[in-house]
Amino acid sequence: MAFDHKHLIDIREYSDSDIWKILETAKAFSAVNERAIKKVPTLKGKTIVNMFNEPSTRTRSSFELAEKRLSADSLNFGGSSTSTVKGESLIDTVMTLNSYKIDMVVVRDKHAGAPYIVSQHTPAGVIDAGDGKHGHPTQALLDLYTIWQHKGGFEGMKVGIVGDISHSRVVGSLAPALKIMGAEVFAIAPGTLIPPAPEVLGVDHVSNSLDDVLPELDVVYMLRIQRERLEGAPFPSLREYHNLFGLTRARERLMKPDAIVCHPGPINRGVEFDSYMADHPQRSVILDQVYAGICVRMAALYLLLGGSDNGLSA
Amino acid sequence: MAYLLKGARVVDPQVALDGIMDVFIDGDRIAKVAPSIDAPDAEVIDLSGKCLVPGLVDMHVHLREPGYEHKSTIESETRAAVRGGMTGVCSMPNTDPVTDNGTVVSYVLSQAAAAGYCRVFPSGAMTKGLKGEVISEMGDMVAHGAVAFTDDGRGVQGAGMLRRCMDYGKMFGRVFMSHCQDEDLVGEGQINEGVVSTKRGLLGWPAEGEELQISRDIQIARLTGAKLHIQHISTARGLEMVREAKREGLPVTCEAAPHHLFLTEDAIDETFDTRFKVNPPLRTAEDAAALRAGLADGTVDAIVTDHAPHAAWEKSREFELAPFGMTGIECSLALVLTNLVRTGEIPLARMVELMSVNPRRILGVEAVSVAEGSLADLTVFDPELAWTVGEGGYESMADNCGFDGTPVIGRATDVFVGGRRVMADGCIR
Repeated sequence: MAFDHKHLIDIREYSDSDIWKILETAKAFSAVNERAIKKVPTLKGKTIVNMFNEPSTRTRSSFELAEKRLSADSLNFGGSSTSTVKGESLIDTVMTLNSYKIDMVVVRDKHAGAPYIVSQHTPAGVIDAGDGKHGHPTQALLDLYTIWQHKGGFEGMKVGIVGDISHSRVVGSLAPALKIMGAEVFAIAPGTLIPPAPEVLGVDHVSNSLDDVLPELDVVYMLRIQRERLEGAPFPSLREYHNLFGLTRARERLMKPDAIVCHPGPINRGVEFDSYMADHPQRSVILDQVYAGICVRMAALYLLLGGSDNGLSA
Repeated sequence: MAYLLKGARVVDPQVALDGIMDVFIDGDRIAKVAPSIDAPDAEVIDLSGKCLVPGLVDMHVHLREPGYEHKSTIESETRAAVRGGMTGVCSMPNTDPVTDNGTVVSYVLSQAAAAGYCRVFPSGAMTKGLKGEVISEMGDMVAHGAVAFTDDGRGVQGAGMLRRCMDYGKMFGRVFMSHCQDEDLVGEGQINEGVVSTKRGLLGWPAEGEELQISRDIQIARLTGAKLHIQHISTARGLEMVREAKREGLPVTCEAAPHHLFLTEDAIDETFDTRFKVNPPLRTAEDAAALRAGLADGTVDAIVTDHAPHAAWEKSREFELAPFGMTGIECSLALVLTNLVRTGEIPLARMVELMSVNPRRILGVEAVSVAEGSLADLTVFDPELAWTVGEGGYESMADNCGFDGTPVIGRATDVFVGGRRVMADGCIR
């Protein structure tokens, strides 16, 4: 089936077959990442701008490596040097980038909808690398890839997302993506971290008790807790949060024998989980997610820039 | 100058009038209203097929001057108001400097007079600098022509502060107009809290953030005896509170805006169109239906636009960074005619109450009726004229109208302000 997307902004515009195409292409690129010479000439001559308007180390590094391994010319644009700091509007910044004759913009922004604005003002393709509390589609894809590699598929899979559901761009893309792929989604958090209408994201069940839900889950997806925010905090202390919603050695007995543990990183040991669960050799797939990030970003860049085969023969 | 307006359908519930009449204007007053008038010295204007009503007043408008002339000016927006059929507007005090003293009130009035389009009834801030801390110089503002008090753009956060404002200011007999918003509950909310805020990943602004202050303000009005007017009401339960207050006999009124009547939060889709970022936010279809029912049953007293011009560059940005507000003064009459009068939800006479009679009454300015001796502030519209909002541009300096591109039927053609014909057959003089 043809892959005819120019942008990767709203994961809900992707069908299950589109997503499978990305995952399968990512699997093919995985072979490249295992070689001694980790580079293919696939995107030679293509110019990709990583427009990161808010601090990000991991997502940007992952995109950068993916671009380099595909031989694209990439440019990092953002951080403290962003023109927005100097008062330029997002649209003016995009129009400036257009004059560089670019093929793709990877956008990270703290404001929801920024990637859509960029897409309206550039002839280049746009990938949303995280916008405000709205979406983060490549994170969802790397999570799907990881789940696929460990669980073999999605149909009937029970995935529990634990933590700050209401302020998470990860959930904004992951929950709908899981629904598209046929999984069942649970949201587990205190009431202060549940959005007003979780069902519209694709959440099937909401629970305030990790202990109640844990025995059912095939995938336990722990969200990062912002430990820096204390003013207006949604729970009384990290200690209480950890006691109620932390994945600990004591809770492991409630888990299915083959349930896996995911986290988008960076992790907070002692908050989302204890070290036993974070490092659990059979269950924790957190580092596999990081690796999957390179593979799915290579696949997404390749497919969005018009690739039609598996990208390895070019 | 004398005008003889011939053959219009004249609708004015104040004098139980709905029929074809001639209206004779001599100077700034109406000299005669009768089925057929002969006035050889007057300029005769054939208004057959058109409707003539007491001049419309939009009692909630941001003119932006002084201080924000890059958004709009008193001249540009009073001109836009005339294009929309308005003979007067009530200006909001969130200018720079804030309209919280007699000097700024005078400045607004002098700019309006110099522009010469429609009347401006200035409102003054309830508290100095709109900060909610110190009572503004209400007496000085009234002496210079302010007609009402409001901290529009914000609610007065402290109940004790609101009480002091009302207890002090009620001696001037003016209405207190409340923008109801509990800032602690609303926080950084961008749009209505619910389905759409969840989908868009935008912080929500719960209906209760408005309703809490509606409830509180009604209770402070009961305590102080001051006249209270709830601005741009947007929720069904908030409206129910006003209905209950009226039943109790309290001096409480309210207004609703076309965007809360005819648009819903569903307008905010994955394109994050900032024209739909307004305060209070667009709510649900149930809320909009309740507000429309309130227009019909008398709970809502006035239709206003909360006309809020912004420069294009201010709105062309990330949703969370864009300012709140949309323009609408050029299309509110058309939207009401199209969506409420043509559909039979309200009769034309009710529209006249909502857009002319009641705003004047609430603001305590001179009443206007289509009757001998009345001030000749009149609006004439063609009820069958089909057009599209925004076609050919706007008179307003701003184009952030949420109804842009909407087909409508009915448009103002002539506007008389104090007997002056400021718009003639769609052309502003």
